[in-house]
Amino acid sequence: MEKLIEDFSLGLFFWQTLLFLALVFLLWKYAWKPILNAINDREEGIKDALAAAEEAKKEMQNVTADNEKLLKEARAERESLLKEAREIKEKIVTDAKELAQAEGDKLIKQAQATIESEKKAAVADIKNQVAELSVEIAEKVIKEQLSNKEKQLKLVDDMLGDIKLN
Amino acid sequence: MRNPLLVNFLLVFTIFFSVTIFANESEMNSDETKTDLKTEIDEYIQHHLKDSHDFSLFSYTDDDEVTHHVGFPLPVILWDNGLVVFSSSKFHHGEEVVAAGNNHYKLYHGKIYKTDASGTINYDSDHHATNIKPLDFSITKSVMMILITGFLMFLLFGGLAKSYSKNAGIAKGVGRFFEPIIIYIRDDIAIATIGEKKHQKYMPFLLTIFFFIWFLNMFGLTPLGVNVTGNIAITTALAILTFLITNFTGTKTYWKHLFDPLGSSMPWYAKIPLYVILIPIEVLGIFIKPFSLLIRLYANMQAGHIVIMSLIGLMFLFKNWIGSSLSFGLAFAISLIEILVAVLQAYIFTMLSALYFGFASEEHEHAEAH
Repeated sequence: MEKLIEDFSLGLFFWQTLLFLALVFLLWKYAWKPILNAINDREEGIKDALAAAEEAKKEMQNVTADNEKLLKEARAERESLLKEAREIKEKIVTDAKELAQAEGDKLIKQAQATIESEKKAAVADIKNQVAELSVEIAEKVIKEQLSNKEKQLKLVDDMLGDIKLN
Repeated sequence: MRNPLLVNFLLVFTIFFSVTIFANESEMNSDETKTDLKTEIDEYIQHHLKDSHDFSLFSYTDDDEVTHHVGFPLPVILWDNGLVVFSSSKFHHGEEVVAAGNNHYKLYHGKIYKTDASGTINYDSDHHATNIKPLDFSITKSVMMILITGFLMFLLFGGLAKSYSKNAGIAKGVGRFFEPIIIYIRDDIAIATIGEKKHQKYMPFLLTIFFFIWFLNMFGLTPLGVNVTGNIAITTALAILTFLITNFTGTKTYWKHLFDPLGSSMPWYAKIPLYVILIPIEVLGIFIKPFSLLIRLYANMQAGHIVIMSLIGLMFLFKNWIGSSLSFGLAFAISLIEILVAVLQAYIFTMLSALYFGFASEEHEHAEAH
């Protein structure tokens, strides 16, 4: 202990205290403060970056899910559109068929009616011509066989009756 | 990188040392040599452990038995009813009396005494000098090393601080080595013992004291022969700072712990007889804590220096291949351990200071927990 006190130098103690305090002050101002701040900032930055990455990941997942959903919806929409289109197509085809059928039927009926009326007109025409022909024939027969007037008339009547039967 | 450097230093040191011994050896016969060598080594070690007024690197004796000192002088600053300043080279390593102003001064065993013109030193019965010692504020070897270390630290950490802004927040160069240590001190020493909330105000002291002690310990291992942290005045100054910071930042809880350690666990009349013993112990504890700090650092560094130097000295005492090389190996191993001790002692000093600061800055809600 005595040796320790003997070794103790007041001057050294004085310088040590003074210089050390100055060193603490200077280093605090020019080294520790900026160093600790920089480390802190960097750590905060890393923390923020990690949080941001996590956030981005979550967002990404959301986006992917959204995309999936959208895709599903789009697919469903397409499906329904296609179905609708098919239905419309079928309806159109059916409608067209029905229309065509109706038109066809109508045309056929018209044709039949025309044919019927034409036939009637032709028959009437034929009748007229037959009548004329008959008259001409009758004239000729009369001219040639006009010997017996009463006989002849009777013949004409018979003949006419025969034609009508035909 | 550090180890080869140290080995080199040791080698150079050994060579210088051997030169001194060699020169002396030639004139003595072998029996005397051993005792003389022993005393010489002992004196050398004693001298090395002390602070000195000049920065001597080594000394040798030439063939004409003239001792040469290689080194440079440092300024001597005395307060003796006025400021006295002169160069330590005037002492001629204690051989001459310096006349400054009206007074005469003599360097005797590393201390400056006031004497008369012929340099008489008076002794008491225990062979202690009784001359008046003027107040000595000289820039001694230790002060020089403190200045150099401080300057080095300022350059190193100032540079590190600057490199952050230059390099987008990332340390550059040697700072990459020191940055994790700073972070370690912050996270595992300061925050762990003081707490997240209050550690900031103690950080400059803790960081400075850690690197200061560490660097000076490392300098002590170089053959520059500086024993700064093994000097009682240095460790006292550091411990007193820890003591002052602890008690000046002490919270209400801290003082309550000191003077009312039992709190409301007992009625007041039961506490009185206990407190007669407890309070003096607690108060003594305030002083014992920093005192243990100063003794621990001083003793560790002092002991390390003595062991290494003794082992190196042994090399020359053995004077044979086996013994000398063995003690060289041992000295080498011990100096490797000393490198560890250098950082360990710095760590312990910092850690314990932080622990005391932690006690001082304790808050009430935390105190309730135990």
